[in-house]
Amino acid sequence: MNGVQALIRSYTAKFRYGNSVMLRIHCPFCGERDHSEFSYGGDASIEYPPLDASAKQWHDAVFLRENPRGVQQETWHHVSGCRMWLIVERDTMTHEIHSVKAAHPELTGMLEGST
Amino acid sequence: MSRYSAWSVFKNGLTGQKGWERAWRDPEPKSEYDIVIVGAGLHGLATAYYLSKNHGLKNIAVVEKGWLGGGNGGRNTTIVRSNYMMPGNREFYEHSLTLWEELSHELNYNVMFSQRSHVSLLHSPAARDATARRYNTMRLTGSDGELWSLEKLKNTIPHLNYDNARFPIIGAAVQPRAGTARHDAVAWGYARAADSHGVDILQNCEVTGVTRQGSQVSAIETSRGTIKAKKIGFAVAGNTSRLWSMADLGHLPIESHKLQAFVSEPLKPLLDHVVVFGVGGAHFYISQSDKGGMVFGGDLDWYKSYAQRGNLPIVQDVAECATSIMPCLGRVRMLRHWSGVMDMSMDGSPFICKTPIDNLYLNAGWNYGGFKASPASGWYFADLIANDRPDPVIENMHLQRFEQGIIIDERGAGPDPKLHG
Repeated sequence: MNGVQALIRSYTAKFRYGNSVMLRIHCPFCGERDHSEFSYGGDASIEYPPLDASAKQWHDAVFLRENPRGVQQETWHHVSGCRMWLIVERDTMTHEIHSVKAAHPELTGMLEGST
Repeated sequence: MSRYSAWSVFKNGLTGQKGWERAWRDPEPKSEYDIVIVGAGLHGLATAYYLSKNHGLKNIAVVEKGWLGGGNGGRNTTIVRSNYMMPGNREFYEHSLTLWEELSHELNYNVMFSQRSHVSLLHSPAARDATARRYNTMRLTGSDGELWSLEKLKNTIPHLNYDNARFPIIGAAVQPRAGTARHDAVAWGYARAADSHGVDILQNCEVTGVTRQGSQVSAIETSRGTIKAKKIGFAVAGNTSRLWSMADLGHLPIESHKLQAFVSEPLKPLLDHVVVFGVGGAHFYISQSDKGGMVFGGDLDWYKSYAQRGNLPIVQDVAECATSIMPCLGRVRMLRHWSGVMDMSMDGSPFICKTPIDNLYLNAGWNYGGFKASPASGWYFADLIANDRPDPVIENMHLQRFEQGIIIDERGAGPDPKLHG
């Protein structure tokens, strides 16, 4: 398919369905796939504190969420594909996906080194 | 406001239906109110109504970014029940159900509350035991609940799939007083009743900012100008986190997820009850509206979203559930589906509470339970705002319960909001 056709197709798909009907996630290992192959993890911006941190710090990390309307970092697991965890930058209002990257780049490096 | 009655229907029938007045006013915002409720959904309107009715308060406004009842009040499956077990939830939802039973009289507006029974299908002896415990708890605390044998269930609802090898039906847990109501009528009824008590309902009035002065909020900025208020209540489930950050209050134990619902083409009378199918990965609930449409729904869309549009994998999931439990629906066409944005909380239970700001009050976190809860939610939120202290029934529905270890996790799913379906 040439670029013009692809553009028309994506435009008409947006016109007919909006962006939200089916997410397509570009897995860095497998290519672009329907989101039904993936399992949603959650907010990827959470940083868990050290094990001996205060109860308050743990409470905030486990229970509190920014919950933005707009772009957020989130984890997805390609559970019906390569089973790798990914970090996806997605808009929670338009569902547009801005970037996808491996959640564990060191693991990716090891896998690539082993081939 | 003139009362609706059989006589008024008769009289207007004879006079060409020309005698009806508009049901509520469309006032201009005043510059200051004693109490402003943000969100003219079912909870906000009910709160305003009970503030004026139960507590005799005046000078109240409800502001709404769109039209009243246009959010989740118009985006649900209209099911009303009280089969909750956890302390707090038990008393709260039971009170809500008793309010529903008199709501049409209370509001002088027919909300078409139909106590047609809520039938939860059982698929294993373990599920029957767990449910027996729940329904016995309900009976011991003044509610109603029954366990139906397979024979009784087959006699009552003969067209379920009783020949399912994967999930055989072995009986049902039933709450006879549960049922459905017409969701739009609930919004309109509360709006009309609140308006008749002098509440200003300000539609197309989106909050764009919250003005703080020290430990107080003094005003809200809206698309229709600045409105000062002595007390402010948030009742905007779905968008609570956004208002919370406008008030500069940090993060909440809430994620916004979307939930779809569906209605089929109208059919002749087919299903007299609310039927619920939930086992393993399946989650499905269905009833038939008075117009004949089969109204049904299932799980969340599984990822966070503020878009009021649903995705296709859940359409497929729900359709699979429908045809596996009621194969007779296999060739029924879908009329439309819609999606609402839920406040999914960290334990699946709501918040009706005070906040770190003295004169700001929060009503949020309704998960799947918002529609049925709306009368009691308005009742207790009004009481909280009027008396500045929570009633004992809602004393644990606050934001500190996670750090205090007194979570109200009806489903036992842990701190993952998408699992509290």
